Amino acid sequence: MLDFLLSFLILAGAVFTFIGSLGLARLRDFYTRLHGPTKATTLGVGCLLIASSLYFSHQGNGVSLHEILITLFLFITAPVSAHLLAKAALHQDLPRVNDRRGHPRD
Amino acid sequence: MSLRLLPHPLLTPMLAGIWLLLNNSIAPGQILLGTLLGWLIPLFTLRFWPEAIRIRHPWRMLRFFGVVLFDIVTANLVVAMRILGRPENLRPAFIELPLDLHSDLAISLLANTICLTPGTVSAQLSQDRRTLLVHALDAPDPEAVKASIKSRYEAPLKEVFETC
Repeated sequence: MLDFLLSFLILAGAVFTFIGSLGLARLRDFYTRLHGPTKATTLGVGCLLIASSLYFSHQGNGVSLHEILITLFLFITAPVSAHLLAKAALHQDLPRVNDRRGHPRD
Repeated sequence: MSLRLLPHPLLTPMLAGIWLLLNNSIAPGQILLGTLLGWLIPLFTLRFWPEAIRIRHPWRMLRFFGVVLFDIVTANLVVAMRILGRPENLRPAFIELPLDLHSDLAISLLANTICLTPGTVSAQLSQDRRTLLVHALDAPDPEAVKASIKSRYEAPLKEVFETC
């Protein structure tokens, strides 16, 4: 039973991480590409970490919770890097496709 | 409780908790060491933390985290669908979000939350700290995005961190 749950979590994690990276290839300008790696991957890594926590808790060496820290640090750092990348892109005035609504000021 | 001995009462239990998680143990020795570190680190790094952090409604804070966690999961699903769908149909937009928050911590938490939740990345905070520029992956209606950010994330943060 646990094996099924673990493999489901690991597969789901892998799929989400993959979709996040796929976004880099499929989306069409810098700003939209930024969304893939910041979002889809958090759930991907989250699933993998839950799986890790469950597995090592089941191993018998007590409850394993330091995966929570990885999640915490990821949730703190991922948005910061996304924010800085977006800001740098604005300063460089990178081209945007599809739609030009809203005007970023410098 | 003197502010000089315990300048940041929230930082101490947080650091102690992080110490215990890092060590993956709750042995009494580790708890003691964690508490000691949690007490000493804020004392020695006092200069990095100029503003005193005050949390008004801890339960509302927890609820906020719950909402954000739920939104992160839905955001992931939504963004995954968008990526797999036709990229030509996306309607990306820059949105200027007027801020009602004043404290640095609240603004950074809001910017952080925006980055983690449905199809939005915060891109730039204006010089006067009054507007936050947000990029939305798919926003047919920018006003709706703005309203949902304001009511869902900004309002609770304002209640928790700011007095008025």
